[in-house]
Amino acid sequence: MSQFTDWDILRNLLLAARWTILLSLLAFAGGSIVGLLLTFMRISRRKPLIWITRIYIEIFQGTPLLMQLFIAFFGLGLLGIDVSAWTAAALALTLFSSAFLSDIWRGCVESLPKGQWEASRCLGLNYLQTMRYVILPQALRIAIPPTVGFSVQIVKGTALASIIGFVELTKAGTMLNNATFEPFKVFAMVALIYFLLCYPLSRASQYLEEKLNVAGKRA
Amino acid sequence: MGYELNFGALLEYQDVLLSGLWMTVKLTVVSTLLGIMLGILGAAARRHRNPFLRHGSKAYVELIRNTPFIVQLFFIFFGLPAIGIKMTEVEAGILALVINLGAYLTEIIRAGIDNTPKGQIEAARTLGLSSRQIFIRIILPPAFQRVYSSVVSQCIIVMLGSAVVSQISVQELTFAANFIQSRNFLSFESYLVAALLYLLLAFLMRLIFNLIGSRAFSREEKQS
Repeated sequence: MSQFTDWDILRNLLLAARWTILLSLLAFAGGSIVGLLLTFMRISRRKPLIWITRIYIEIFQGTPLLMQLFIAFFGLGLLGIDVSAWTAAALALTLFSSAFLSDIWRGCVESLPKGQWEASRCLGLNYLQTMRYVILPQALRIAIPPTVGFSVQIVKGTALASIIGFVELTKAGTMLNNATFEPFKVFAMVALIYFLLCYPLSRASQYLEEKLNVAGKRA
Repeated sequence: MGYELNFGALLEYQDVLLSGLWMTVKLTVVSTLLGIMLGILGAAARRHRNPFLRHGSKAYVELIRNTPFIVQLFFIFFGLPAIGIKMTEVEAGILALVINLGAYLTEIIRAGIDNTPKGQIEAARTLGLSSRQIFIRIILPPAFQRVYSSVVSQCIIVMLGSAVVSQISVQELTFAANFIQSRNFLSFESYLVAALLYLLLAFLMRLIFNLIGSRAFSREEKQS
């Protein structure tokens, strides 16, 4: 039996962390696209569209991410689509993040004063023009800090993909633990790597929020 | 294609589902109560004179909020026994949930406390109240009321997060769904039913918290 040095453990964990990062990026990109679509549906003035997004958000915010992963993993199989743990995890995390992101972004759009809409209408701008030139540029600024903050939740969410057998940081941790029988050391290292991934994002979110607040007060 | 969903076959396992549901409810109640206490203590530590407590609380919040719950759980369940701290699955599950919720609530309650008008604290000090009295009677109640809805959301998130403790074989709702699908291979149906039960729990939790909130906070206003 081969022996694992601390360096071996760390190196293997870091290699696995690449998959955590890749899955996070994919979920964030996918979640942004779907989330943007949902946001537009939610702020449209069509009742059925609003209801669909509300139910969608309610479902994804009201059930555990783990359940969503299981259902994506086993449900797609039933539809005759052969899914790998990788596809199922990417899909579930995309849908999960889209629900939260669209909720965040809707709040940003709605936080803009109504006068902005009214003024745009007075200027003769149509809906798309109002969005493009008035609402979105302002909403985007407000949206950046909470969006960066939510990316931390995505990184942490990818840890659950280990349960459906996707080998990322957490799964690598359990595997290394089974090989080395040093759970304290292995999971402390796993936690440390997650911390190093998430903490800069948390700080960036805080920093951007403070900066935005200061800028807002000055104006 | 041509797969037919078969929910009827789950009926014979309803006892398993119900006992799993009950376990999830118990985990949630215990960890919510302890978590709120820990959150209040954490927030109190954040404004304590002792810098050790202040920084300790801050480090605790950052450490927990920037690592996944499942890693915290594995660290507690697998890691701590390795240095001689042994506990059962349920104890480890509750400990992990409480520590996790406590960190988020520390941050939420602290944000509520930061909005306390300075004049109130100065007035209380003039009246001769001790720091502890000021915190418990003057600062905490309105701060808690201000952030109550965030507290509720966080408690619900932790209830949903308790699905993960199935991974250390605590026999709660997700564990029950896992067990059922391992017996009858109806994985999609089992998980769908479990997901619906979680949705129901989340809904009920919000309802109960809102009831408690409207009672507690309206009474306070009457007193004043």
